Amino acid sequence: MSIALLLEQILNGLQLGVMLFLMAAGLTLIFGVMGLINLAHGSLYMVGAFACATVAAWTGSFWLGLVASLVAAAAAGAIVEMTVIRRLYDRDHLDQVLATFALILIFSEGTRWVFGSLPLYLNIPDLLRGTIPLPGGGRYQIYRIAIIAVGVAVAVGLWLLIARTRLGMRIRAGESDREMIAALGIDIRTLYTVVFAIGAALAGLAGAMVGALQSVQVGMGEPVLILAFVVIVIGGIGSIKGALVGAVLVGLIDTMGRFLLPRAFSVFMDPSEASLIGSAIASMLIYMFMALVLAFRPRGLFATAK
Amino acid sequence: MKKLLTAGIVGLSMSVSGLALADDIKVGMITTLSGGGAGLGIDARDGFLLALQMAGADNIEVVVEDDGQRPELAVQIADRMIQNDQVNILTGIIFSNLAMAVVPSAVQQDIIYLSNNAGPSALAGAQCHENYFNVAWQNDNLHEAAGSYANEAGYENVFIMAPNYPAGTDALTGFKRFFDGNVVNEIYTQVGQSDYANEISQIRDSGADAVFFFLPGGMGISFMRQYDQSEIDVPVIGPGFSFSQDILAAVGPGALGVINTSQWNKDLDNEANVAFVAAFQEEYGRLPSLYASQAFDTANLIISAAAKADIADLEAFRAALKEADFDSTRGDFRFGNNNHPIQTIYVREVVEEDGVLTNRIIGTALEDHQDAYAADCSME
Repeated sequence: MSIALLLEQILNGLQLGVMLFLMAAGLTLIFGVMGLINLAHGSLYMVGAFACATVAAWTGSFWLGLVASLVAAAAAGAIVEMTVIRRLYDRDHLDQVLATFALILIFSEGTRWVFGSLPLYLNIPDLLRGTIPLPGGGRYQIYRIAIIAVGVAVAVGLWLLIARTRLGMRIRAGESDREMIAALGIDIRTLYTVVFAIGAALAGLAGAMVGALQSVQVGMGEPVLILAFVVIVIGGIGSIKGALVGAVLVGLIDTMGRFLLPRAFSVFMDPSEASLIGSAIASMLIYMFMALVLAFRPRGLFATAK
Repeated sequence: MKKLLTAGIVGLSMSVSGLALADDIKVGMITTLSGGGAGLGIDARDGFLLALQMAGADNIEVVVEDDGQRPELAVQIADRMIQNDQVNILTGIIFSNLAMAVVPSAVQQDIIYLSNNAGPSALAGAQCHENYFNVAWQNDNLHEAAGSYANEAGYENVFIMAPNYPAGTDALTGFKRFFDGNVVNEIYTQVGQSDYANEISQIRDSGADAVFFFLPGGMGISFMRQYDQSEIDVPVIGPGFSFSQDILAAVGPGALGVINTSQWNKDLDNEANVAFVAAFQEEYGRLPSLYASQAFDTANLIISAAAKADIADLEAFRAALKEADFDSTRGDFRFGNNNHPIQTIYVREVVEEDGVLTNRIIGTALEDHQDAYAADCSME
């Protein structure tokens, strides 16, 4: 195993991590501020991907598609918040789970109705096509590096937004005391809609960026949603910092596990068996890690004080 | 679309039953028409119905249903078709895990099962059955041919990869059975995986002189697109499934020049195939895939047996099926003792013809090839 391979795998882990962060940030923000469990977050990811694929196909520009993904996902988020989610804040989590699960079905069947069951394909923009050399002789895809860069930029942007702006101050206030902030005359309804739309836009952005690597199809958001929930449980529900650390940890552990476990097992067993067993265990690794974190820190790594 | 289709099929079966004779045959087709594997099932359905239409086979009635690639749904549909629709023959299943859920119980109930795609090793060996005929291949076959081709091409170090499920392990076993060189790394990916960055990094580092992979449907499309984007110059080889007509357009130019193995291609020069390819294009406006050719052959096999024997006399009908007295789109075709094909497997290359990506035969991988499990089957 060479240094180049190790470096490439670390980048792969980071890329998966920042992609999960974009999903988890919205999920954890919405839970932190509104106390809402939103299972339909994966559908917003799908909306972003379909918006990007459609607009990119119409205009021939990936960049316009990317803008469209942000706009479409934020709009879908805002509409869903105003029509459905708003009624759920005072209900218990079971009602929220049921209603947002229903939203998944509505989004999926609606998308299938409009776009059909066959996947769409989105091409990487010419500007980001190709690979660059890495120290040690490896190469890495420019587009994946761009995804990492976007993830880092979003993390910094979110931190600035929350720590330095008036909106961020209201979000923080909303997190710590919902009744008080309303009593002080802040329009809490608009605040909630804005927070929900920001979370949705981030999910849509993730969907669009990943859509160019994989394929754009109905149901693409649900596997990512499960991972995003693992991330926020590890990081501490409600904490953006926790979401970032959790996402990078999950990305690295999953990538390294799938890569190193079969190799480790092949030291003492037949390579074919080692690969089968190694890959099976690797797919469970992040859940084992989550269990371990919960055993020692039941509220996650960066639990918010409540 | 689904409704239109059902209406069409109901219409077809009604027009057929209008001319009903005493020995009408009712065929139940359970296939995948939605989800990631829909392209395969759509081609199979279209190929099957085309054969009946071309032959004017009025005595064969077909019921088609979508299994959504879900084993439990396939089992329900099979039960309903056997009990309510009173079908004589079942066919259509694309995926091996679904076939394993449906076939063993159906053939016990004196239903003939004709497999137009899946060929799990379990049904070819000790569990072979007189009511089960495979008109496609045993699962390992195309991978064995790829292993044999890798020898011929002079590859010494090959990186091999398949999803972690029974057909995936069958694939790598088949490849290794015939490949004499060194396997530098053997990777099992997750079923339904959509990002292959991890595996691609390992391929780049492995020093292999070729990559063999079996990733059916959407998995293969994702892998090939990402492999192309990552600018690795190690050649890839695969079974025909990884480069069949239904996915080539989505894979894009990255597939050009790729070598794959198949028992069929549209340029096979025999009368049945020339007629099939022309009629398929005329009827559906696209090129047929190997899945379409297999289902087309399956329908013609039923027609040939129906001309010789009455379905009511199951033993005579089985004997007529086993003779395989029909003009296959593959040219020579016969059944071995385990009711699995003995056939030639070709080497194909992905080329561009009139702006469309397709395959061209460039050689023969295995002549008159029989599967490795036939000896374990007690039938003669």
